[in-house]
Amino acid sequence: MATTGAACGLPRRRKGFIMQPVFRRCDRVIDRVAARMMRGKYSSVFRSIHIILFLALAAPGTIAVAAEPEDAGMKHRVAACSACHSPEGIQMEAGYVPRIRGKPAGYLYNQLVNYQQRRRRNRSMNHMVAHLSHAYLFEIAQYFADQRTPYPAPAAQPPAALAQRGRQLVREGDADADVPACAGCHGQRLTGVQPNTPGLVGLPRQYIMGQLGAWQVGTRHAAAPDCMAHIAGRLQGGDIAAVAAWLAAQPVPNNTRPAREPIDEPPLACGSVPKPEP
Amino acid sequence: MRQRAETGALILRCAAVKFLSSIALALIAPNLALTAPGANSDLAQGEYLARMGNCAGCHTAPGGEPFAGGLRLESGYGAFITPNITPDAKTGIGDWSADDFYRALHEGQRADGTPMYPACPYPNYTHVARDDIDAIYDYLQSVRPIEQDQPAHDLGFPYRYRSLLTIWQALYFEPGKSHDNSAQSADWNRGRYLVEGLGHCNACHRARGRLGSMQDAANAPGAVIRGWYAPPLADPAQAGLQDMPVDQGAAFLQTGKREHGAMMGPMADVVFESLQYLRNEDAHAMATYLHAIPTQDVDSPIRLIGLSEQGRENAMAEGRAIYADQCAGCHGDDGRGEHGAPALAGNRAVTMDDPRNAANMIREGGFAAATQGNPRPHGMPPFYDLSDRELAAVITFIRGSWGNNAAPVTASNLPH
Repeated sequence: MATTGAACGLPRRRKGFIMQPVFRRCDRVIDRVAARMMRGKYSSVFRSIHIILFLALAAPGTIAVAAEPEDAGMKHRVAACSACHSPEGIQMEAGYVPRIRGKPAGYLYNQLVNYQQRRRRNRSMNHMVAHLSHAYLFEIAQYFADQRTPYPAPAAQPPAALAQRGRQLVREGDADADVPACAGCHGQRLTGVQPNTPGLVGLPRQYIMGQLGAWQVGTRHAAAPDCMAHIAGRLQGGDIAAVAAWLAAQPVPNNTRPAREPIDEPPLACGSVPKPEP
Repeated sequence: MRQRAETGALILRCAAVKFLSSIALALIAPNLALTAPGANSDLAQGEYLARMGNCAGCHTAPGGEPFAGGLRLESGYGAFITPNITPDAKTGIGDWSADDFYRALHEGQRADGTPMYPACPYPNYTHVARDDIDAIYDYLQSVRPIEQDQPAHDLGFPYRYRSLLTIWQALYFEPGKSHDNSAQSADWNRGRYLVEGLGHCNACHRARGRLGSMQDAANAPGAVIRGWYAPPLADPAQAGLQDMPVDQGAAFLQTGKREHGAMMGPMADVVFESLQYLRNEDAHAMATYLHAIPTQDVDSPIRLIGLSEQGRENAMAEGRAIYADQCAGCHGDDGRGEHGAPALAGNRAVTMDDPRNAANMIREGGFAAATQGNPRPHGMPPFYDLSDRELAAVITFIRGSWGNNAAPVTASNLPH
């Protein structure tokens, strides 16, 4: 809902005053820098300066809070998240709760906003993020993106036919069905691509099936154009099972970090992935 | 590298401009709002007032366009679907005149002359001054028009017959206007204007009478909204601000947080969408008025089922074990709260008669609202997997420990 005023530092009521043009320009600069920051073009030092600045702007009265020692407060602030999102992901009665540590910050942030705006539906997640500002959601996303925890062991190899179809879809795609290769966007190592594309390895089969299925039946959405909804819609019969089974059986590479090189030419437009700069 | 430095300099400059001007504006804004001519400041005033009335809170569906309506409000009479109040001529209020809009808020009458359901709190808005209603009208006419038709209200018999509201209005509603009470301070009067009018606090914090009529009784209990109990404002042991210094009360309204806890449930919506934007002088005025509401010892409508001494001891023992295992890590062995978790000792959300808010909090968890004064709130995880009996036991334990002395509860007292 309408949180943009709060996210960029000033009570909305003041925006109508004479300073409005200045604020608008400042907002644009900050948004641009935030977007760049998320694209991973900056050194981590510069990035953390920006994060502090971004947060300081988000809360003019609380700069001292933003500057508190790293993690000291955040660990406790997000205890509500960590309680279910265990380091490796966990199967709970209410459903599978995926790992969130180490996923790209932009991806996590987009999901938090999707939950807030009900493009994704989950009773607990919709409730948790309902009253949080975008600036704080971004900080939470960054906090978990920066965490490094071990991945679970891969699942057993699926039957050969399933594995072959899964590998084909992930590595080459299916030109006849107009399905691009997963690796084309999610990175050759399948560990995701900065800033907004998540990794596909280290996840259990049921979770991957659940997400693709949710896109197919329309219970999971992303910002328009929703590329994954298009792709999921083109998958046939056993494709989802094949992709999920093959991915779940892949060992996680030594370098688990999301690739830093942006996706050059996405095979189709994606509202969640910023277009490369001209 | 040079580009980086330039961007860095630019953002720093912008940050400085923004920060300094926000201070400058904070100092001069009240005067500006009163004196600056021109449409912009009027629109800003209208936007501020629309926030204070929290129009968007009901007139926006979850994830939907602001003011385009579509929220389903469940009630004992059926479900109301909130209308579109964007300036779209076909599906919104684009073809309403300022007079039409005034009649709606002041008299509960739609532009076509038919009466409005009091699900929209016009029994409160009727106290709002014409100038303020006009400012809200101008602001609403300036937002992006959204063409979005709503389904009809989903009401039971006979409530679905709108014309019957004419009788309701004749019985229970009188268009009003709050006149200043000269025996009270300007702050008190301004506070009353906001609390009883735009803020429509008693729309939730006071139980309705027959057929949804407003009650005047000073000791009226609170009302249940979306499964949460909105406690009465006359009782400082529940939601009253009488025991809090006015400055602290004002800060509580703006930040949604105080030493012993935070506003949760539907009140977190209210502080996130509305109260955090309160101007300091208005927050002070509201706290002044709320502070001065004559204190009442208000009974809760809930009837707690008595437990035998043995039953209570069993529940305490079970609750103590659950608390030590699942709660003490954040709330502390002594119930004083650690690491940002609120104290449970002396916490009135724990000790007030009705246990449903404590039950909701434990079951659903949740973050306090991120407000300008509390931008990085702490959150509590949900505890879905506690059985009703375990939940009742742990609530009984926190209601009866560390100096808390509230009656034990049983599973049948909890919302399902």
